[in-house]
Amino acid sequence: MQFSTFLLKYGEIGVKGKNRYLFEDALVRQVRRALRGVDGTFKAYKSQGRIYVDCEGGYDYEETVERLQKVFGLVGICPVVRLEDKGFEELRKSVVAYMAEVYPERDLTFKVETRRAKKTYPKNSMEISCDLGEAVLEAFPEIRVDVHDPDVTLHVEIRTDAVYVYSQVIPGAGGMPSGTNGKAMLLLSGGIDSPVAGYMIARRGVGIEATYFHAPPYTSERAKQKVADLARIVAGYAGPVKLHVVNFTDIQLYIYDKCPHDELTIIMRRYMMRIAEHFAKESGCLGLITGESIGQVASQTMQSLAATDDVCALPVYRPVIGLDKQDIVDIAQKIGTFETSIQPFEDCCTIFVAKHPVTKPRVDIIRRSEESLEEKIEELVKTAIDTVEVIEAE
Amino acid sequence: MKEIYLDNSATTKAYESVGDLVRKVMCEDYGNPSSMHAKGVAAEKYIRDAKETLAGLWKVQPKEIFFTSGGTESDNLALMGAARANARAGKHLITSAIEHPAILNTMRHLEEEEGFRVTYLPVDRYGRVSLEALKESLCRETILVSIMYVNNEVGSVQPIQEAAGIVKAYNKNILFHVDAVQGFGKYRIYPKRLKIDMCSISGHKIHGPKGIGALYIDERVKIKPIVFGGEQQKNVRSGTENVAGIAGLALAARTIYDGLDGKVARMRQLKRHFIEEVTKIENTTIHGLHDETSAPHIISVGFAGIRSEVLLHALEDKGIYVSSGSACSSNHPQVSGVLRGIGARQEFLDATLRFSMSEFTTAEEIDTTIRTLYNIVPMLRRYTRH
Repeated sequence: MQFSTFLLKYGEIGVKGKNRYLFEDALVRQVRRALRGVDGTFKAYKSQGRIYVDCEGGYDYEETVERLQKVFGLVGICPVVRLEDKGFEELRKSVVAYMAEVYPERDLTFKVETRRAKKTYPKNSMEISCDLGEAVLEAFPEIRVDVHDPDVTLHVEIRTDAVYVYSQVIPGAGGMPSGTNGKAMLLLSGGIDSPVAGYMIARRGVGIEATYFHAPPYTSERAKQKVADLARIVAGYAGPVKLHVVNFTDIQLYIYDKCPHDELTIIMRRYMMRIAEHFAKESGCLGLITGESIGQVASQTMQSLAATDDVCALPVYRPVIGLDKQDIVDIAQKIGTFETSIQPFEDCCTIFVAKHPVTKPRVDIIRRSEESLEEKIEELVKTAIDTVEVIEAE
Repeated sequence: MKEIYLDNSATTKAYESVGDLVRKVMCEDYGNPSSMHAKGVAAEKYIRDAKETLAGLWKVQPKEIFFTSGGTESDNLALMGAARANARAGKHLITSAIEHPAILNTMRHLEEEEGFRVTYLPVDRYGRVSLEALKESLCRETILVSIMYVNNEVGSVQPIQEAAGIVKAYNKNILFHVDAVQGFGKYRIYPKRLKIDMCSISGHKIHGPKGIGALYIDERVKIKPIVFGGEQQKNVRSGTENVAGIAGLALAARTIYDGLDGKVARMRQLKRHFIEEVTKIENTTIHGLHDETSAPHIISVGFAGIRSEVLLHALEDKGIYVSSGSACSSNHPQVSGVLRGIGARQEFLDATLRFSMSEFTTAEEIDTTIRTLYNIVPMLRRYTRH
């Protein structure tokens, strides 16, 4: 017995009223994208308010499920056995065989639910459910019926072209289909938090672009490679991520030369936000995303966050703001970014910074410190923007 | 920009002749040395010749040479193979605290998983193993001592002859292994005269290919294999021989020892000059000894106040390639155990670079490197964390 179709369940889209088709079409597109490159031939389509994927020939079941589990907007993935309609007697046998194979341990309660699209079928839905239920009970005396709260709901759909049997629901990623909620710019470092933040916002259907600051020649090519790898993992969920790699060295050294050293980190952060916002506006992003969590480090105190936001016109989204480090690590492990994030390379935030940064910066004081940058900073920022390197991560 | 490669203790550029030979063996003389036909015989000849070459350089018998996948496997085979084969005589092993991870982690495995007891000998502030401590740690249970020839991080040369003498005087049945990966090709090493029972070397540190190494095993040594298969190489090391690598290793060994004294003398002179000039920069230190008793090709320099990774990349930007600590473990930039072992000051622990030369290093390259350091070290020090 082979699963030759997947029925894909979606959640919140159901309530989107007249825009529903937009969400469904986006979902079909994302499903197609997710299955690109998997061994096998797949056909994804909408039909009667559902999304199906038909799989032709030999395909990699495990990989297919794994990819579908990354598609935002899907709440459940049901592997379906597609049967040719050879009469009710054959269907009885097939259903018994299905139960035998999928539930070898047998200690369970079940019910049958039938949908009959093919109205010319000799039995009606009720009769089909009853008769198939009886067949299962006869074959496996240890299985019991429970119509109210069964362990297993065996779905049988009599369609015009075939009969579909399924009962398993593999959990999906949830959220909303990618590309249905605009775009945002993620400030991506090589750390654990920012990829998680990007993932969480992407899960709500938001397309992701990213900005990464490095300090060549003092930071390693490997650090950049690592960030590109992280962008690629996020893209596995969010769809293609355009990664802007900004050379931050001269700005950083200039700040170091001109400003009080305990304010370096916060002033650096402010320039990062300014530059990221520039790219965000340029490509139509509607917000910025950071991986900040209150109090985690000096630049993430309430005062520091306020001082950082001071330079942004776009809203700054911080989806992990209230999470503890361990909560963030758990998500990073679940989405597969953790291993990459913990590779130890120096990045621009760990070189040329003060050992004891201010933890409660005052916006007015920081602004005044920045005045001493007036002579050259605009030019340096412009150069950083002009020399950006763009990596398409997908 | 001209490339200046000063990371020869990490790996070396292969001799052109080695590259040519490896290609020829892979594409023309590609037979399996175990095959009975002429193709196999032709391949086997490379192995026979290679054994003779190494045997000649070491003044040992060709049948005492075994080929492995590199220095790491040679060390693993020597330690695990000999420890397991001789465990009935005792379960105590001795090594130094500043060995390469191929030794230290193998020792740790034998300690934690196979019930051996291991003594790690301390070193003095120049990175030389303490002979006093060696004497004190020898006991009736001791079956194997392993000490490296040249330390890969600071270039200290170990008193192998004295150590082996002490060990053999205590009990001639105790096996003595030497990891000579950094010493081979710089020193003439004669295991029989030094009373060494096993000696590891690697191809890619002597301008040979990566993925090939050799282990000398005295014919009287009992050793158990650590890989199992078709029983090649007298069942000490199964697996179809890496004929191209073996031929390349032998040619590299022959080439590096050709005119060795002149090459070493030149490296010494460059090293002296480099140390003289680099120590003119304030707050720098040279780890280990400077004089003739240290390895001719390794210079370990601490630059207080600059993260080694930052300085490394700044040099890279000028086309100069060096390493921080030991390249073999540089993916984990933890502080070097060797630097701690020699009691380096705190400010140098994560602020040390290793410059390592080869016979191809020129005076001009050293001068360029020095000039570059004169420029960037003061610049980077302005941006020190404080």
